[in-house]
Amino acid sequence: MTTAEDHAFHAFVVEATFLGDTTAFALGDGSLRLVAGPAATRVAVHAGAILSAAATLDGRRIITGGDDGIVAATDVDGNVERLAERPRKWIDHVAAGPGDVVGFTIGRQVSVRLTDGGERSLDLPRAAGGIAFAPKGLRLAIARYDGVTLWWPATEAEPTSLDWKGAHLTAAFSPDGKYVVTSMQDNALHGWRLTDGKDMRMSGYPAKPRSISWSAKGRFLATSGANAAILWPFHFKDGPMGKAPLQLGAREALVTRVACHPKQELVAIGYQDGMVLAVRFADAEEALIRRPGGAPVSALAWDGAGKRLAIGTESGAAAVITTD
Amino acid sequence: MPETQIPVTVLTGYLGAGKTTLLNRILSENHGKRYAVVVNEFGEIGIDNDLIVESDEEVYEMNNGCVCCTVRGDLIRVVEGLMKRPGGFDGILVETTGLADPAPVAQTFFMDDDVRAKAKLDAVVTVADAKHLAMRLADAPEAQEQLGFADVILLNKTDLVGADDLAALERRIRTINPHAVIHRTERCAIPLDKVLDRGAFDLDRVLSLDPDFLEGGHGDHDHHHHDHDHHDHDHDHHHDHISESGIGSLSLRAGELDPNRFFPWIEQITQAFGPDILRLKGIIALKDDPERYVVQGVHMIIEGTHQRKWRDGERRESRLVFIGRRLETDLLKAGFAACQA
Repeated sequence: MTTAEDHAFHAFVVEATFLGDTTAFALGDGSLRLVAGPAATRVAVHAGAILSAAATLDGRRIITGGDDGIVAATDVDGNVERLAERPRKWIDHVAAGPGDVVGFTIGRQVSVRLTDGGERSLDLPRAAGGIAFAPKGLRLAIARYDGVTLWWPATEAEPTSLDWKGAHLTAAFSPDGKYVVTSMQDNALHGWRLTDGKDMRMSGYPAKPRSISWSAKGRFLATSGANAAILWPFHFKDGPMGKAPLQLGAREALVTRVACHPKQELVAIGYQDGMVLAVRFADAEEALIRRPGGAPVSALAWDGAGKRLAIGTESGAAAVITTD
Repeated sequence: MPETQIPVTVLTGYLGAGKTTLLNRILSENHGKRYAVVVNEFGEIGIDNDLIVESDEEVYEMNNGCVCCTVRGDLIRVVEGLMKRPGGFDGILVETTGLADPAPVAQTFFMDDDVRAKAKLDAVVTVADAKHLAMRLADAPEAQEQLGFADVILLNKTDLVGADDLAALERRIRTINPHAVIHRTERCAIPLDKVLDRGAFDLDRVLSLDPDFLEGGHGDHDHHHHDHDHHDHDHDHHHDHISESGIGSLSLRAGELDPNRFFPWIEQITQAFGPDILRLKGIIALKDDPERYVVQGVHMIIEGTHQRKWRDGERRESRLVFIGRRLETDLLKAGFAACQA
């Protein structure tokens, strides 16, 4: 039995995530919508647009960064705590780490707010792309021009570098921490095996593979940026190299967002035309979640149990789908 | 649902030429429009209704490392961020630093599909300081490129220069770029419609801006370097001029072209000489084709489309204009001539 609650927020949905029983939508008008059942509470957080958002690892708060230079954390009751402020700057990216640590980028500067509230910063020669914390230890991967910087912000250790020419836009660790993967300006995906620095090139996308999602146990990496969800197998010893990816949910419209189910081998796929499908890896069986129509899907997320799927679009149409 | 692309105006000009003055004029005029302004440094600008974004110019090379494939990474980021704001903008103004090459800015709006879906390049506006331009042209290659790239040129600070010097400067600018619209200004005083919403990269409008192209069916059908252009004396002999810097223009004319020859040729020319071609524009009469074909290009990026039917009595003539660095004029002329049907 599946139920869908639809919402119209009239602002770009930048991110969707779950805080316990509440679904949190971060919007381009600077507000959050906290949704429980049919009710949506509006919480004004930023004076401008929210550019990036992420739930804390304990799932109690959502971290948002805005073009008003504010980094904020908001809980399900709508209590907003201002974590950092950089007047007249844009907070381009945020990420949540272990122990309430928060990472954020301001152009060329990457900052980390540590558990004790102290801040550490790292200056790069060029603007930072997306950032991601490693699954273990306090280590941050920073996508950047010509590669990725790996930084241990709680230590004095020199950051290390993974090099590959071109502009890297987002970064993600695999769930086992063995790989770092980036999406690139050149419509490609790049990966490094951290044990030996071995490169992996995954190219041939017609668009930037901006949205990436690891499947349960990190067996596959699902990616957007093509006319189907492209899933690279990572359960082989050498990773995906030399292996054909799965291509699921092939349509004429480009895939804009992907979200792998946290337990099953199933991926939710959001398209440029607003449609959402859920597709099983094993037999490519498709289930229609949202009909095509309207703006591109811009946010897509499962809750931890895999019972709820949050959908958001560029025009502010949103939905929470619940399955029993 | 149909989405409209937000027009983007690029303001270039050497240090001190008056870019900020122009920007302030645009923003402070009572036009009821809302602009987002991308600047390298917050200066003396800031109008409440508009959004000013400070952004460090970052040129990205795509993987093949070709200069024709460079884009402005910071602009991609800024445009994407702006699109998240509700209500949108009537336009985006990008002010470049005095030493910036305008090409990566322009190419960003053609090469990045995400940006292109949301925004389109409207025109490159170059502000030149009449008092110092001659000196800049002698010592700064960037100043020449900024003029070569321009759709609109503001010859500013004209109050500081005598009439003869101004005429000489305009002639000098014409050797670099005979097709930009030149306006003489003091303190960048100019009606905004001369600067904004020009559609200079819009294939439907691109050629209507150009006084020469308006002359369709002019009666001049040979390939003389002196055509019968009577706008003003500065236009008299603008063909095949090369300024001392090596940046100049070449205007080609021919009758009907064979599409099977023309398309491979233009492709090959832009591949081979793309780095040295700043801009190209053309109206092409293709054999047995009832419609005019128009092309425009920036370095290696070239796009074309059918524009409209040839009118009754309109001369089916092909014209192609290059602005570039050290153009291989003989080779281009011969190649174009060989495309004739």
